[in-house]
Amino acid sequence: MSDVQLTIDGVAVSVPEGATILDACRAEGKEQPTLCYLETLTPVNTCRVCVVQVTGSRTLVPSCSRVIEEGTDISTDSPAVRQTRKVIFEFLASSVDMSLVDEPTQQWMDHYEVDPTRYGPTAADSPAGARDGRHAGHHAAPVGGLTETVAQPVKIDDALYVRDYGKCILCYKCVEACGPDAQNTFAIQVAGRGFDARISTEFNVALTSSACVYCGNCIGVCPTGALMFRSEYELRKASMWDEEAQTVTRTVCSYCGVGCNLELHVQDNRIVKVTSPQDHSVTSGHLCIKGRFGYESVQELGDLENTPIDAVLRAARTS
Amino acid sequence: MYAIDPRRTTSAQWADVWLGIDVGSDIALANAIGREIISAGLANDNFIAHATSGFDAYAAAVDEWSLERAAQVTGVPAGVIRDVAHDLATAETAQICWTLGITEHHNATDNVLALINLALLTGHVGRYGSGLVPIRGQNNVQGGGDMGALPNKLPGFQDVADDESRAKFEAKWEAAVPPEPGHHLSLMFDAMERGELRSLFVLGENPAQSEADVARTRRLLAGLDFLLVQDIFMTRTAEMADVVLPAAAGWAESEGTVTSSERRVQRVRKALEPPGEARDDLEILAMLASRLGHDLGTTHAESIWDELRELSPMHAGMSYRRLDELGGIQWPCVDEDDPGTRFLHGDLWEDPLPRDPVPLIPTGWVPPVDELTEEFPIRLTTGRRLDSYNTGVQTGGYSSPLRERGSIEISPEDGAAFGLAEGDQVSVRSRRGSIEVPVFFHRSLRPGLAFMSIHQPDEADVNLLTIDAWDPKSGTAEFKATAVSIQPMESTA
Repeated sequence: MSDVQLTIDGVAVSVPEGATILDACRAEGKEQPTLCYLETLTPVNTCRVCVVQVTGSRTLVPSCSRVIEEGTDISTDSPAVRQTRKVIFEFLASSVDMSLVDEPTQQWMDHYEVDPTRYGPTAADSPAGARDGRHAGHHAAPVGGLTETVAQPVKIDDALYVRDYGKCILCYKCVEACGPDAQNTFAIQVAGRGFDARISTEFNVALTSSACVYCGNCIGVCPTGALMFRSEYELRKASMWDEEAQTVTRTVCSYCGVGCNLELHVQDNRIVKVTSPQDHSVTSGHLCIKGRFGYESVQELGDLENTPIDAVLRAARTS
Repeated sequence: MYAIDPRRTTSAQWADVWLGIDVGSDIALANAIGREIISAGLANDNFIAHATSGFDAYAAAVDEWSLERAAQVTGVPAGVIRDVAHDLATAETAQICWTLGITEHHNATDNVLALINLALLTGHVGRYGSGLVPIRGQNNVQGGGDMGALPNKLPGFQDVADDESRAKFEAKWEAAVPPEPGHHLSLMFDAMERGELRSLFVLGENPAQSEADVARTRRLLAGLDFLLVQDIFMTRTAEMADVVLPAAAGWAESEGTVTSSERRVQRVRKALEPPGEARDDLEILAMLASRLGHDLGTTHAESIWDELRELSPMHAGMSYRRLDELGGIQWPCVDEDDPGTRFLHGDLWEDPLPRDPVPLIPTGWVPPVDELTEEFPIRLTTGRRLDSYNTGVQTGGYSSPLRERGSIEISPEDGAAFGLAEGDQVSVRSRRGSIEVPVFFHRSLRPGLAFMSIHQPDEADVNLLTIDAWDPKSGTAEFKATAVSIQPMESTA
């Protein structure tokens, strides 16, 4: 494969043919903000925060998916790029609770001086299920002067998952992980149009009645905390979630011969979350229900031992 | 993708074609595929001539397996068998993957040989993307064998009968290694039956629920002079023990390695302190040895691994550091410059052939031992469900939304024929025992076929029904083929 030549912010760069603009930026040590992009998923180009300016292009282009052509001249920090990224973050953060986005995204939002409050006070939260019932063109006119949001009660259908769609930016990662990029289960999709769009099971049935196989791969790729393991959710709710105090240990799942790597997040000698390293060749960060959740047997110890977080974990498990 | 399974499983639904084979007719199918490949002129003649032996005898042996005869025996239409044969033979690359549906039979080894013959016939072996793939059901079935947990092998598949191999281990261990193979599990129970085996040490296994014809197993375990169990759970087997040694969980409370289906050795690490008095397996074994008057030396996992690397050439290059750096290494890995081996048997394509040609070994079809009769007309097969594992001791404790009750599943057609409703309590009887369970209907099953999972032995003790007919070479019992009758309980009749 031959190399192609380009310039990034005035610096001449050479990258392998087929590389995207994001690949080239990263190779040059120029990190770009991303929300809907993940190395293990097919780019869907929905969030647009990774846009850059390409000389000769009428519009800004998403760096995560645009393959470089010979001689491309790219600017990652033009006024248009800065303004666009700022407004995208502001539109998202004014309508979605982004308090749990990852550290790099928070830093980008600070970098672009994102101020979601400048769009004014927010409208009231939607009651449970209200957004799920909306049909295109049939919802009420927005109240002038108020910023409409996707705020709504969390959905808890079982002991393993929490879906907090007030935190959902519709990045599609969960849909892709549930679908052809990992699990091929197709339990969820984007339903509705425009501002009514939301992630939904078929006919909005409860997760327990859906095609969901509880692999947790949607939770594994969610960038905003909209999808969360029940254990983490309950510990956060009880103000006992303490990442500083947690250790993360890599081991191998015991449940079959595939050899999936597990990262055991441990707090107070209890597993509180299981993730899988994306950069590992065996399953690229994806697991099944047993690897993701089948760890209770090593820590449901009854009266033998108790730690401060056991009561919370136990309540989550038995509810 | 062709899925060959008596049940229309989720994998079968994903496949391009599902072959709903009758339980225990695998060799008939494989032989018919072999015959069709040969008679259609699709065999890889160059590979056969170069790397195999015994072709003529094989061709003669499969000649009786016309597509029509195989269709009769297997229940798979002749045209579909023909398609499989032609697609397998003409594919650029093809893998034959299998799991316990092939190996939990009284003729398990022959089942596997029949598949190996197909790979040899078509040259789908020893090339990237092609091959024979036994998919392991646990994280370290492969590793157990690699480490010598087989009756006739030392670590690294070195034969106990080989004087040179034994001498190497004896020098390192400063102890004599018996040259005779030990017993595999099925032979051990036979030895208990004869009163020759009087004491048993069970590590991390629950035979009192997992063995075929488990009533016999329980009787034999109960009749022992002494039963010692080392486990992370108080299993049904542990409840029968004279002494239970609580162990640390290998995957989360202990340091070491496991080997996956693809021969990838990977590190497991300690993330949790084990509860109460539970201790690492290595520590328990060393302490036990010490009480018996032997010093096993270090219990440090990496030191023991390094000793293994000295003794097992196929592991020699796998330092803990390299296992970390490379995300695991596939054996053989002979030195620290060796990246490991992505696939085996590539040397079959080398010219001149650097080893003896691989024999095609003819295999004859023999039906399952437990015959279907008027009294026992239903074929019961067992298996796993996605969210559970083996006898359920490890997975029973988490709140899976997918968990199903212990039950028997039959086809909707049989349900109607027997006058049953879903959820009815039924009596399931085999030649060995009977159990009472609820019945459910499932579209994955055809008339005459029933399914039970192995995960809830406390409420659905399926192994009271299964037959302990086992393969003489592998020792594995025919869990997959039980003849049963299903009767409504009187109260629901």
